[in-house]
Amino acid sequence: MQETEAIERARHELEVCNACRYCEGFCAVFPAVELRREFSAGDLSYLANLCHGCRGCYYACQYAPPHEWGINVPQTLATVRAESYAEYAWPAGAGTLFSRNGTLVALAAALSIALVLVLSALTNGTAAFFTARPLVDGAFYTVIPLWAMQVVGIASFGYALVALWMGARNFWRDAGPAQKIGVGALFIALHDVLTLKNLGGGGNGCNDASERFSMRRRRLHHGMFYGFMLCFAATCTGFVYDTFLGRPAPYHLLSAPVILGAVGGVLLLIGTIGLFAMKFVDDPGPAVRTLLGGEVAILLLLALSAWSGLVLLVVRGTGAMGLALSVHLGFILALFVVLPYSKMVHGVYRSAALLRRAAERNMKVLGGE
Amino acid sequence: MGNRSQTYDVLVAGGGNAALCAAITARQAGASVLLLESAPKAFRGGNSRHTRNLRAMHDKPNDVLIEAYREDEYWDDLLRVTGGNTDESLARMTIKASSGVFGWMKDCGVRFQPSLTGTLNLGRTNAFFLGGGKALVNAYYLTAERLGVEICYDTEVLALNMDDGAVRSVDITYRGFPETVHARCVVASAGGFQANLDWMRQYWGDAVDNFVIRGTPYNRGRVLKSLLDQGVSAIGDPTQCHAVALDARAPKFDGGITTRLDSVPYSIVLNQHGDRFYDEGEDVWPKRYAIWGRLIAQQPGQIAYSICDAKAFPLFMPSVYPAIKADTIGELAVKMKLDPTKALQTVTEYNAAVKPDQAFDNLKLDGNKTEGLTPNKTNWARTIDKPPFYGYPLRPGITFTYLGLRVNDKAQVLMDNGQPSGNLFASGEIMAGNILGRGYLAGFGMTIGTVFGRIAGQEAARHARN
Repeated sequence: MQETEAIERARHELEVCNACRYCEGFCAVFPAVELRREFSAGDLSYLANLCHGCRGCYYACQYAPPHEWGINVPQTLATVRAESYAEYAWPAGAGTLFSRNGTLVALAAALSIALVLVLSALTNGTAAFFTARPLVDGAFYTVIPLWAMQVVGIASFGYALVALWMGARNFWRDAGPAQKIGVGALFIALHDVLTLKNLGGGGNGCNDASERFSMRRRRLHHGMFYGFMLCFAATCTGFVYDTFLGRPAPYHLLSAPVILGAVGGVLLLIGTIGLFAMKFVDDPGPAVRTLLGGEVAILLLLALSAWSGLVLLVVRGTGAMGLALSVHLGFILALFVVLPYSKMVHGVYRSAALLRRAAERNMKVLGGE
Repeated sequence: MGNRSQTYDVLVAGGGNAALCAAITARQAGASVLLLESAPKAFRGGNSRHTRNLRAMHDKPNDVLIEAYREDEYWDDLLRVTGGNTDESLARMTIKASSGVFGWMKDCGVRFQPSLTGTLNLGRTNAFFLGGGKALVNAYYLTAERLGVEICYDTEVLALNMDDGAVRSVDITYRGFPETVHARCVVASAGGFQANLDWMRQYWGDAVDNFVIRGTPYNRGRVLKSLLDQGVSAIGDPTQCHAVALDARAPKFDGGITTRLDSVPYSIVLNQHGDRFYDEGEDVWPKRYAIWGRLIAQQPGQIAYSICDAKAFPLFMPSVYPAIKADTIGELAVKMKLDPTKALQTVTEYNAAVKPDQAFDNLKLDGNKTEGLTPNKTNWARTIDKPPFYGYPLRPGITFTYLGLRVNDKAQVLMDNGQPSGNLFASGEIMAGNILGRGYLAGFGMTIGTVFGRIAGQEAARHARN
C-alpha cells in the first residue's frame, strides 16, 4: 500500500485503539490490532479489509466525533479499504476504475444491455425478436445461440476470476509474511465467511442508524450472498444439464435450475433492495460518502440481474421472451465484466483477511494492563 | 418530550451510570421519572463513558468472571487502599450487592466480555463491559427511553431548593433557558467537581492550570455545592482528588484511558529542574499508579519527565502519544526543554549509583536498587545507557474528587443534624466518599454507582408513591 492520508489517519486511530482496547470483544479487527505495536501500510490494508463495517466501535467509542480526536474507525478503514481495491486491481493501472465507480458500473450495465439487445435483435430480425416462441427445448437459443452465450459467459467470467485471483495475490503479499495456514485456520475462516460472525458486533448485530443493535444488515447480506450463490448454482446446473445430460433450457418449473434460480433470485432481490434501502436510513456518521455511488451501483446491478431473471421466468413463452432474455443476459454480462472492478472484490479480500486472522489467532497480545 | 410542568415522582440529577441505574429502577417500580443530563447527547454519561469494568464479588466462576472473589478478600482490598477511610457496613453491603447486579444489567442491555479474555490482572475481580463504558451508557439510555423515562440533555441542575430537610423544587437550565421543575423525590447522581477548575483552585491554587481532567468536562459539582450550602452533611476531604500520571500532551478534558502512562517503574523521573524527586521503583505500578499524580502536582510547574533507554522501552504500554526519542541524553533533554547539562548529570549520578544486586525481573519487586542517592530507586534500577533514549512529559491527571454527600444504607442523604432527608437520595461519585474515602480500586466506582443507583431508584420510587 502507498502511504496516503487515509493510511496515516488509520495508523493514528488504531494507535489510539491500541492504547484503549475497550472494543476488543466486538470483532476480529481489535484482537489483530493488539498483536501489533507499529502498523505498516500493508498491516493497515489487512486490518481495513478485516473490518466488516458493523459500526459497533463507532458508537462505543468515547473519542468518536464530536470529541476533539474524532476517532471514526469504520469510516477510516472503509476509506483505506477502497484505496486497497484500487491498489491491488489487476492488471496494473486498472485501479483507476475504482474512482467514479458508480458511473463505471452503470455505464457497463447500459452498454452490455445495449450490446446484447442490438446483436440479438439484428440477428433475429425485429419481427422474429418479438414473436412468441413455444417453450420447447432450446427455445432460448433461438434468440441467442448457445455458443455465443457460452463463449461470452465463460470468457468474461473467466477473466473476472483471473483478475480477482491476481488482486488477492497482491493483497496477500502486501500484508506481509502470514502465519502458517493450517486446516484449522481454513475451517475458521470459512466459518467466519459463511456466517458473517463479524457482522455480529459481539453478538447482537450491527449499529445501523443508532446505538441500537440490529441483525438486519447481516440477514440482508445473507439473503444477497446465498441468493447469489443459488443463482450461480442454477447456472451451473443448467450448464451440466445442457452439456452433459443433453437437456437444453428452458427447464420445467419444478426442475433444479428453475427452483434454484427462482429461490436465489428472490433472496438476491430482497437482500440487495434491503441493503440499498438501508443506505437511506443508516447514520451517515461512520459512512464514506464518496463510496456510496459504487456501493449503490453494484447493489442495483445485482438486484436488476435477479429481477430480470425472474421476469424472464414469468414471460418465457410469450412475445416478450426475446427482450427479457436479452436484457437479463445484458445485466449478467455487465456483472461479470465489472466483477473485478467493483465493490464485489470485497468478498475476496475480506475472505483472505479472515484467513490471515484465523492463522494468527494464537499469537500473543502485546502489552496490556 | 413531555411537559416538565408536571410534578414527577422522581427527578434524577445526572446522566452517568449511577443516574441511569436510579432512573431505570425507579421507572421499573412504576414511578414517573425525569432525568436531567447536563452534557449534550453526544457526551452523555459523565465519567462512566470512560470506564470499562465493574468490580464484583463472586463465590464461584460465572460467565464473565473467573475463579472466586469473596467478600472478605474484596473488603481487605478496600481496607488496604482506603487505609480505613471507609464505612464498613456500607462497604460490605455494596460488596455483597455487587454479586447480584449482572442479571439486571444484562436485562438492561449491558453486555460483558466473556471471562478469560481481556485484561490479565483484573480477569478475576472485574467484569469487563463489551465496548467499554460508553457502550454501557448507550444500553442504559436505550432502556430508559424504552421504559418511558423522560430524558433531557443539555440540561444543568443549578440548585435543589431545600426546606426542612426536603427538596421542594429544582432550578435548571434547559438548553440555556432557566426553568423550575418539581418532583416528589430527587436522586442526586451528578458526580464530583473535578471539572470545576475554579473550585479546584481553592485548594490547589494556580497549579490547577496544569492539571489534566481525565473525564467529562461536565462534572462541575453544582448539585454537590448547592446541597452542601443547604445543610446537607458532607463526607470526604474536599482538598483530595484521585490523581494519576498522564502524558502531558493529553487534552485538558476527556482524554480518558489512552493518555495514561506506565513507564515510571522502568524509568527515572525528573522534575523541571532536572532532579529526581521520588522512588520510581517503590512498588509494582498498579499499586503506585495513583500516587504519581499527586507527586507531580507538588513539583514546580506540575510537570515531570520520565526517561528510559532502549532496554526499558518495550516493558510498558505506550500512551497514545509517541515517545520523544533521541540518541543522547543531552539531545533528549533539549527536546523536552530540560537543561541538558543538568539532566545528563542526574542520569550519570543515577547510573553510577545503580547496584545490580540480582537479575532484572520486571514481573516482581526485583530488589535492583541504587545506593547513595536521594531518593534512591529501590526496584528495577538499571543503568540508562543503551540508545536510543526515550522520554515522556508527565502531568497530574485528575480522575475524581472525594468530597461528597453523606448517605445511609437506603441511599438517603443525611443532613448536618444526622437525620435523613425526607425526599433526597444520592448515588454514584457524589456519595462514593462514604465508602471510598481515599485511594482507588479499579472498577469500584462503577460498583458503587450501580449498587447505590439501584437502591436510590427503588427507595425514591417507594417514597414518592407512598
